[in-house]
Amino acid sequence: MNFVVPDFYPAAAEIFVAVMALVIMLASTFARPIARGLAYTLTQLTLIAAAFITIFTMQGEVVYTFNNLFVGDLMGDFLKLLIYFSMAAALVYGRGYLNDRNIDKPEYYLLALLMTLGMMVMVTANHMLPMYLGLEMMSLALYAMVAFDRESVRSTEAAMKYFVLGSFASGLLLYGMSMVYGATGSLEFSGIAQSIHNQAANETVLVFGLVFLVSGICFKLGVVPFHMWVPDVYQGAPTAVTMVIAAAPKLAAFALAVRLLIWALFDLAEQWQTMLMLVAVASIVLGNLAAIAQQNIKRMLAYSGISHMGFVLLGLLAGVVEGDRHFALNAYSSAMFYAVSYVLMSLASFGMVILLSRAGFEAENIDDFKGLNKRSPWFAAMMMFVMFSMAGIPFFVGFFAKLSVLQAVVAANYFWLAVVAVVMSVIGAFYYLRVVKVMYFDAPVDTSPLKAAPAEVRVLLSANGLAIAALGIAPQALMSLCAYALLASL
Amino acid sequence: MLSLSHYLILGAILFAISVVGIFLNRKNLIVLMMAIELMLLAVNMNFIAFSHYLGDIAGQVFVFFILTVAAAEAAIGLAIIVILFRNLRSIHVDDLGSLKG
Repeated sequence: MNFVVPDFYPAAAEIFVAVMALVIMLASTFARPIARGLAYTLTQLTLIAAAFITIFTMQGEVVYTFNNLFVGDLMGDFLKLLIYFSMAAALVYGRGYLNDRNIDKPEYYLLALLMTLGMMVMVTANHMLPMYLGLEMMSLALYAMVAFDRESVRSTEAAMKYFVLGSFASGLLLYGMSMVYGATGSLEFSGIAQSIHNQAANETVLVFGLVFLVSGICFKLGVVPFHMWVPDVYQGAPTAVTMVIAAAPKLAAFALAVRLLIWALFDLAEQWQTMLMLVAVASIVLGNLAAIAQQNIKRMLAYSGISHMGFVLLGLLAGVVEGDRHFALNAYSSAMFYAVSYVLMSLASFGMVILLSRAGFEAENIDDFKGLNKRSPWFAAMMMFVMFSMAGIPFFVGFFAKLSVLQAVVAANYFWLAVVAVVMSVIGAFYYLRVVKVMYFDAPVDTSPLKAAPAEVRVLLSANGLAIAALGIAPQALMSLCAYALLASL
Repeated sequence: MLSLSHYLILGAILFAISVVGIFLNRKNLIVLMMAIELMLLAVNMNFIAFSHYLGDIAGQVFVFFILTVAAAEAAIGLAIIVILFRNLRSIHVDDLGSLKG
């Protein structure tokens, strides 16, 4: 038995965030009177510093450390940077909202930071164990954040539902992991891939485990038939937390899918592609149809999120065609581009809900957007950008995201899938355009000017809306970044 | 002599009981928590059985981590049940109805 000191360098950002979480916990205990502002500022500074550390420790090649438990690669670094960005943005958006409802407590920022750490561990995991631990760290912090409005029945009820179904999903994922471990004798992703490649694994046990793994992944992405929690949690959670759930965890779930399915189980691609196909079609159909019936905008965005995640799966399932792996890079990078642009759009859409809310009032119904153009033409335009982008209207980022995914699906010869996706997007455009119609052509119910939101929310929301428009005009840079990050990691 | 498949079948039965417990339980949230714990224990059974028969220690190490996470999960779950009880004065599954779906 010889103990080798592991190389800490690639994990510097994770270690830094973990240490800072402890520092913030202590600081907010000992400096109670200024704890709120202190915790917020320190959390934001930590996220910014972690971004710099990630950039400086970035390496061109794939590096393994901690006995191959940890992998540092460009895809992980890129996703980590996006996770810091979306967490920081969600905290800026949410602070005023939480303050209005007297739930702006230092613990919120601490939980957000621990959740960030969980997601970082997930995207850099090269082994089932850190993958599971990162997932649980993220989920446990999220359950607590959903229940953060302790006085509210809806918030606690949403937390309970999320907790039960989330734990169930973790159980499914673990059961799948145990089966894959039994079949291949390895918990490390490259070891699993090696064992399957050498045909040393028991095929039946492996596919049995795969079903559970795919179910767990689908649950975390929130796609049909594992979508039951999504609308309830989105509606019940405080909007600031809904925004957190709708943004960064989708990127972490994408990493989960890439690491488990593509890194570890790539030789079973034919099997999991078929499963993902059923799931993707079901969620695109159900997500878009159910969203039409919603009056509550948070529920509507939840169903729209289900259909968007279906599109991400469309990208993931178009990688291997009859054993030919030429399409893989293109397909997976289109899925990643879709996930990234969805995060950008969901931040902006929930940012609008927060902007229109104020103390004692939740702007959660579509009717609350009536006549927004008369109250604030600028933010009505921003909301229009977001809705157009989500509907996939050219030239916004959502259009190119849909286009690249559909190109990948067509290249893989799944024409019928592309037709279903396009038809459902057209049907889906109805409920996005309804919001635009309500903003521009209906008389406002509430004529008070939008003064409640703090300046930083307005600036960030404007930047977010303009970014959606700008990326729609020049999507190439982000697209090639996704392709480059994946190419270096596959 | 007990073979690997005996342990796997036991694991599968425990897992199935916990799934049924989660979906058919219409009474009490505490029972639901118990079902979730049982599910993790079923997975532990699988891991230990595989670990023993593969002669690989990693599966047993994994079990320690699952046990730890299960404890943390129970803590969060019970905390949520406590605040839910404060708001609703009940922990019956049927009383969770303010969110449709």
